[in-house]
Amino acid sequence: MLNYLLQRLATIVPTLFFVSVLIFGLQQLLPGDPAIALAGEERDPETIRYLREKFHLDEPLPVRYWYWLSGVLQGDLGDSVRIQKPVTELILQKLPVTIQLAAMAMLIALAIGITAGVISAVKKDTAWDYAVNVFALWGLSTPNFWLGILLILVFAVQLGWLPASGYVSPFEDLKANLSAMIMPAFVLGNAIAAVLMRHTRSAMLQVLSSDYVRTARAKGLDERVVVLKHALRNALIPIITLGALEFGTLLSGAVLTEQVFTIPGFGKLIVDAVFNRDYSVVQGVVLFTATVYITLNLLADLAYFLVNPRMRH
Amino acid sequence: MKRVLLLTLAMFAMPVATAQTLRIGLAEDPDILDPTMARTFVGRIVFAGLCDKLFDLDEKLRIVPQLATGYEWSKDHKSLLIKLRPDVTFHDGEKMDAAAVKYNLERHKNMKGSNRRGELAVVSSVDAVDPSTVRINLSAPFAPLLAVLTDRSGMMVSPKAAEAAGEKFGARPVCSGPFRFVERIAQDRMVVERFPNYWNKGQIHFERIVYTPIVDATVRLANLRSGQLDFIERVGPSDIPGLRNDSRFKVARIVEIGYQGITINVGKSDMAQKNPLGKDARVREAFELSLDRAAIVKVAMEGEAQPGNQWVAPTNMFYGRSAPLPKRNVERAKQLLREAGVPNPSFTLVVATTSDAQRIGQVVQAMAKDAGFDVKLQSTEFATSLNLADKGQFEALVLGWSGRADPDGNLHTMLSCKGPTNYAGYCKQEVEALIDQSRTSLDPESRAEAYDKIAQQVQKDRPIIYLYHRHWLWAHTTKLSGLRTVPDGMVRVQGLKMN
Repeated sequence: MLNYLLQRLATIVPTLFFVSVLIFGLQQLLPGDPAIALAGEERDPETIRYLREKFHLDEPLPVRYWYWLSGVLQGDLGDSVRIQKPVTELILQKLPVTIQLAAMAMLIALAIGITAGVISAVKKDTAWDYAVNVFALWGLSTPNFWLGILLILVFAVQLGWLPASGYVSPFEDLKANLSAMIMPAFVLGNAIAAVLMRHTRSAMLQVLSSDYVRTARAKGLDERVVVLKHALRNALIPIITLGALEFGTLLSGAVLTEQVFTIPGFGKLIVDAVFNRDYSVVQGVVLFTATVYITLNLLADLAYFLVNPRMRH
Repeated sequence: MKRVLLLTLAMFAMPVATAQTLRIGLAEDPDILDPTMARTFVGRIVFAGLCDKLFDLDEKLRIVPQLATGYEWSKDHKSLLIKLRPDVTFHDGEKMDAAAVKYNLERHKNMKGSNRRGELAVVSSVDAVDPSTVRINLSAPFAPLLAVLTDRSGMMVSPKAAEAAGEKFGARPVCSGPFRFVERIAQDRMVVERFPNYWNKGQIHFERIVYTPIVDATVRLANLRSGQLDFIERVGPSDIPGLRNDSRFKVARIVEIGYQGITINVGKSDMAQKNPLGKDARVREAFELSLDRAAIVKVAMEGEAQPGNQWVAPTNMFYGRSAPLPKRNVERAKQLLREAGVPNPSFTLVVATTSDAQRIGQVVQAMAKDAGFDVKLQSTEFATSLNLADKGQFEALVLGWSGRADPDGNLHTMLSCKGPTNYAGYCKQEVEALIDQSRTSLDPESRAEAYDKIAQQVQKDRPIIYLYHRHWLWAHTTKLSGLRTVPDGMVRVQGLKMN
């Protein structure tokens, strides 16, 4: 276990280095001069010259990469040139929002997705199975943007039960926070639930037809114990991987959903930064989410050990 | 199940907002809140609550005093003496006096990264004559100066706070406006609270203002309809009919001081000479004649704009009457193309990825086709299109300008030879001399005459084909009163009241 952990940790450093080169390199391919984008309507030539100098835009690429990397190694991700706040501060400001949204969405997705997947596998080829499949198809094929606006129109504009958009910190007002987050979390969770349901169903079908399940049934075990304790536990392995990947994606920001519900998370931050050519924000946020993604994958691998004893050997 | 859902939702029901807070929905997230460095239109809306200016504009675009009480030009028009209000303090308690004005104007001019330098280029020095009098000395007479001081160049920040914060001042601005800065959460909200020592506090009827940027117009409107916002700016034109039938809301409409148009590369790069549109004024005339501005406004803007053919709207006192709005004439356009020897010219029109720009592109493409033009549309994201414009890597470009109170602000940087936003690459000595005349003369009639001549020449050369002037569309709860519709599109908070 320890060896495996060390082995995995050793691969993280070169991976992150590669990611940092990639982020920096790809960003340079973006058309558009950041100095011009930042100089505003007036485009004063002297201001443009100053911005180029300040952000080392006239220096060769490797030199600029070095400026950035040496800052990153000292924990300084630079400042947003658009609103003049440190990128680290912006990340710390948005992170709790994004984590909360991702966690709530994931909870909704897991609750709906795994339950529906298990029901669909156990009740294969019955009306239950078809109904759950229709639900999954709806979840997969409904654009978040559309569902978001629809929910706003029904629950905020028509019924007036929930706020149309915006974010309130849970420390400020928990009730207001939950009422603001429930619709976006449902929109995000709904789509992931469908994916999880499809995977749970196929994993469960495979496990349910295996020998040890037949043996468990032959021993006269209660069907509920067979399904939940024996079958589901093994079927969970691919679901954990998928769940971790989906959670990682959620943490990197749900652009459209955040846009519709005006949730100030990573998605909005990075999209605005790309459009405004706010390079340090783009680089900082992408590097941060890459690190989170890699860590989550590692955690998912470690979770296999916990749910599947065979992998410990 | 239904009952459970109802209960859950009822549990999360919205908190009731207090009438002491005014909640404004913005169409974008502002950039830095430092008047010297700021560059976005939307940022100016927030500044209207935070930072007072030396002068302001009224509904008829007349210049009225704000921090100033009056002004006087010197005989040679090379210096402007401004009298200041004696009772004004900044949000940090510092006095707003002549020394502070001198500091601010010098900061606008000299600070690295300043976006005000161009507007104040003619200011050679500033003297604090006495605590309530300041003199601005100019290198040459400059008629637009007062108008420039109604915008960010005229905003005064606390010298003490600005010195202490340096480049980071915008993260926590300290001005002398009716509201002082409380907090800003990027892309989420900006909160300001009433400044108790405001010189004009009788006009302030709210304790707080919360500015919330909501990019999507539908969602912005949904927030107004659900009672989460009291006021929204830039309502989608297609939402206006629905709002009109709803007695809970009022709609305000103002013709912008800016314009939307098509900039043509007539000399910015060698691409100008490679395309019949850039090379031959007859082809440009044919292109303009193929367009029906009223129809463009109807289709692309749902009628929520005023057709125009100059840098100011036809209702503006400086609109050149000798160059009226041309009517669509496809036959004449075809004839001009035959004369130019290119009956079917082809060019690429760069359009932004916004829905407005896309619609303009498509309507223009269809109209120009009737005259024989083959217009290819190239959808380009805004920052990239600016780069193409700057390098002259375009043939024609749909581009707008948010507008300035003085016509010079809509003309000089785009059409003077060395103008930093002269993307067309237009340079004509005759026009250059007239622009100079319009800037140096303080006599409105003489300026109007110069603009009339410029309009005639520009209409012949067509470096920019002006199309229309948008309506600023605002919607607010009927309970809100005291709204002033000033054409610069800024939301003045003085006088706003919730009934």
